[in-house]
Formats: sequence, structure tokens, C-alpha cells
Amino acid sequence: MRLPCPICGERDIREFYYQGADVALNRPAPDAGDDAWQDYVYLRDNQPGEHRDLWQHESGCGSWIVVSRNTVTHEVSGAKLAKEIKRAKA
Amino acid sequence: MRFSGLRVLKEGLTGNKGWTPHWRNPEPKAEYDVIIIGGGGHGLATAHYLASVHGITNVAVLEKGYLGGGNVGRNTTIVRANYGLPGNSEFYSHSLKLWEGLEEDLNYNVMHSQRGIINLFNSDGSRDAAARRGNQMASQGDDAQLLDTAALRKMLPYLDFDQTRFPIYGGLYHPRGGTARHDAVAWGFARAADQRGVDLIQQCEVTGIDVVDGVVKGVQTTRGPIRAKKIGITAAGRSSEVAAMAGMRLPIESHVLQAFVTEGLKPMIDTVITYEAGHFYISQSDKGGLVFGGSLDLYSSYASRGNLPMAEHVIESACTLMPAITKAKVLRSWGGIMDMSADGSPIIDKTHIDGLYVNCGWCYGGFKATPGSGHVFAHLMATGNPHRVATKHRLDRFRTGVGIMDEEASGSQHNLH
Repeated sequence: MRLPCPICGERDIREFYYQGADVALNRPAPDAGDDAWQDYVYLRDNQPGEHRDLWQHESGCGSWIVVSRNTVTHEVSGAKLAKEIKRAKA
Repeated sequence: MRFSGLRVLKEGLTGNKGWTPHWRNPEPKAEYDVIIIGGGGHGLATAHYLASVHGITNVAVLEKGYLGGGNVGRNTTIVRANYGLPGNSEFYSHSLKLWEGLEEDLNYNVMHSQRGIINLFNSDGSRDAAARRGNQMASQGDDAQLLDTAALRKMLPYLDFDQTRFPIYGGLYHPRGGTARHDAVAWGFARAADQRGVDLIQQCEVTGIDVVDGVVKGVQTTRGPIRAKKIGITAAGRSSEVAAMAGMRLPIESHVLQAFVTEGLKPMIDTVITYEAGHFYISQSDKGGLVFGGSLDLYSSYASRGNLPMAEHVIESACTLMPAITKAKVLRSWGGIMDMSADGSPIIDKTHIDGLYVNCGWCYGGFKATPGSGHVFAHLMATGNPHRVATKHRLDRFRTGVGIMDEEASGSQHNLH
């Protein structure tokens, strides 16, 4: 599997650190309560097929990126900078 | 039909014409007392113990493919009880004791071989950790011995002890650990459950779980609806998919774990060896193949196959630990879908839906747990109370934070196991 870093181009998966599902971009407020924090830290949809997850290009430019890929076929369909996704949401 | 030495002799002399199929192939009934979703090792074991321990025989095991076609048929077959944390240590100890009587219980040869496991350590710190773990295992009645390199050199002369990468400082020896024939474990549980009247229904995929007012009523399947008062989910890497049918999200990510086997070789490794610093383990099957593996690929996946970087890493570790292996040819590699829980420990619990039970989060350690998992899950489903060795495997530990079991001390987050 090779990941398309928006800054560096397509690179070997070994250059990236895996954080997990892109739920990590939706951090709840500190006082949001047990259920919200359980959702964020532990619970996952984890369904087969199209999936978005967060990686860091730690051996490259250091960017955090959100990769769209298929967990059944390992096909990678794209990647965006996490900061741009956060900015669009804000 | 009971298996015995006499029977093998008789069949051998009469053309093997008397053998019958191991289990029936029944049509699903409209209703059962208990439905188990998933005909793998844990589901079949649950059905067996429901019938044999609790006398509950109006049970169906629903399997979308064929019995034992998932992780129980594609693991590296290791059986051990050397876990560290309270909760896990007594559970795996319980499971190992069940293994030791399993063949008599099932009347089936699962080729359980207590050939021992040696966990090598490669630093002073990991020696201390191994000593502590060994003492803990011994203090709960299991077996463990700390070996120095002189003792190890006699047992495992083919290791590269003085390597510059991770010199070997010694090993923790667990003589009652070993291996079993993985497929036979599934078949043995299936046959024993079937003989007590459990319906094993293959090619029957669950497509929905019926819940009315917080009470489970049955399932929708590709072979029609089936009603049941109690439903247990034992779907391993597919647990999140099945739980979603009941509107639940689980603290599980499915990951790929690879394994490898070489061509058949003459007897070389008569134990199981783990190589902590290299994230590597190896044993030799009775057919002669060296069976080995390493870490997860470390990204979520349902592909049942991994990528080459982990294959390269595992094979590099093999060559570092035992240079003789470089001459062996890898016959095949494969991957399984692991139900990775956020803290690395399993979940065996009721859910908030009345009558719906979940058994998942076995990470990469489900095979050795097979009898124990089935035994305690059957106890929970039959009595409504957790078995005494499974009181800590609660689903709500992730909401409350109380009782998180971070077995590897790596942090209780999905990407850290």
C-alpha cells in the first residue's frame, strides 16, 4: 500500500505513522460527558469498505493527512491535509 | 459415533466404510432458545458448553460461510497461559486447563501438544519483566522457569545467541504451553455440539437483528427469519458489522495480522519460540513446516491479506534469530481479520439490549482462548452472571474507565496494540 501525501506525492506506507479512524479530528469538549468521550476515544464504526483514517507522514514532511481508502481491497482513493479539513469544518 | 483406537483398527481392516459425517446439515427451525452468530472456534465452543455443561441443546450456530473458515482455521495454533494482568491471567489459566482435558471431553484428537513455549528476552529490563511474570504464573499454580543462556544453548542450539542486533539474555520457559491442530479444534467442538442436538447451520448469513423495546427477538438471515430468546455474537473480526445490526458500536477496530509457513522440513524446532525484541515467534508443525509471524500490519483492514513491509520485517527477524532459516523457502503467507479492542483485552458481556450478548476483542490471541471463551460465554448466557474467571471482561469499562485491561502496557488506544 502506498499513500499519496498531498505535499510529497505517493510514498511507501513505511514512511507513515497510523493514528486510526478520522474520528480523531472531532475531539469533544472536556466537559462533554462520558458518552461523548467514549465515542471519541473507543467506539468505532469499523465497517468494511470505504474508510477515512488519519496518518502522519513522519519520515517525510511531517504532515497529518486524512487518507480515503477501501479496507476490503486496500485501494487508496485519495488524501487531504488534516489541517485543511479542520479549517473547512471551522 | 465414538472414536477409539479399536474403531480405527476395525475400520482400517474393513476398508474404512463405517465412518459417518461429523455433523448433520440441518435446515434452520423457526425458533431456538439460543442463537450463536458465527461458527468459528468460539461460537462452536460456546454451543458445546451450552449443551454439555448447562443442558441447553435447542441451540443454533449460524455461519455465513463454512464452519471454522475464519480465524480458527488461519492462526498459528499456539496455546499458552502466560498473561500478566489480573482478569486475563486467571482466564487464560482456566482456558489452558480446559485444553488439557479437551480431547477426552470432545472425544476428538485435536493434536494438543504441550511442547513448551520459550519467551526469549534481550535486555536486563526484559529479564526482570520475565522473572516477574514467571513468578506471577507460578503463584497462580501455572508453570514457569527462568532459563539462562547456558540452559537455552542446550535446548535451542541453532539460535544466534551473540548477535549484535538483540543478543539473547535468556528465556522464560512455560512447559505446559504448546500447539494444537487448529482445524481439528473447530471440527471437534462442532461434532460434539452436533451430537448433543445443536443445529450447525452453514451458508446462513445474518442480515439483521430484531430488537423490540430493548429486547432481542431473533435474527433475519439469508435463509429466512429465526426467532430466539438469547443471541450471542461470536464474530471475531466481523463483530462490529454484526453489532451494527443491533444499532451498536463496539470499541473494536479490525486489523490484519499476517502469518507464514515454510516448506516441510525435518524436525528442527521442538518447542515454540518467541523473540520479543524482534516481534517474532515460530514453531514447527507436525507436517514439518515452520509456522511463524510477527506484529499487526497496524492499519485497519478487512482484506484478509497484508502488505509486504511487514512480511519483510518478520522474515528479517527470522533470519536474525536463527540464520539456518535463510535456506528455507516460504510456502505461503496469509492474513486474518483481528478484532482489536482498544485495551488489548477481550469483551465477554451482556449488552444494553436484553438477551443480546457479545464476545469479541480477542485481538491476536483468540485461538488459545477457544475453550475458555466458549466455556465462560456459555456460563454467562445460561446463568445471566459472568463466570468467576471472566468478571473483568466488561463492555462498560470503556465508558467508565474502570477496569481497563491494558495487557501490553502500551496505552489503551486503538493504534497502540
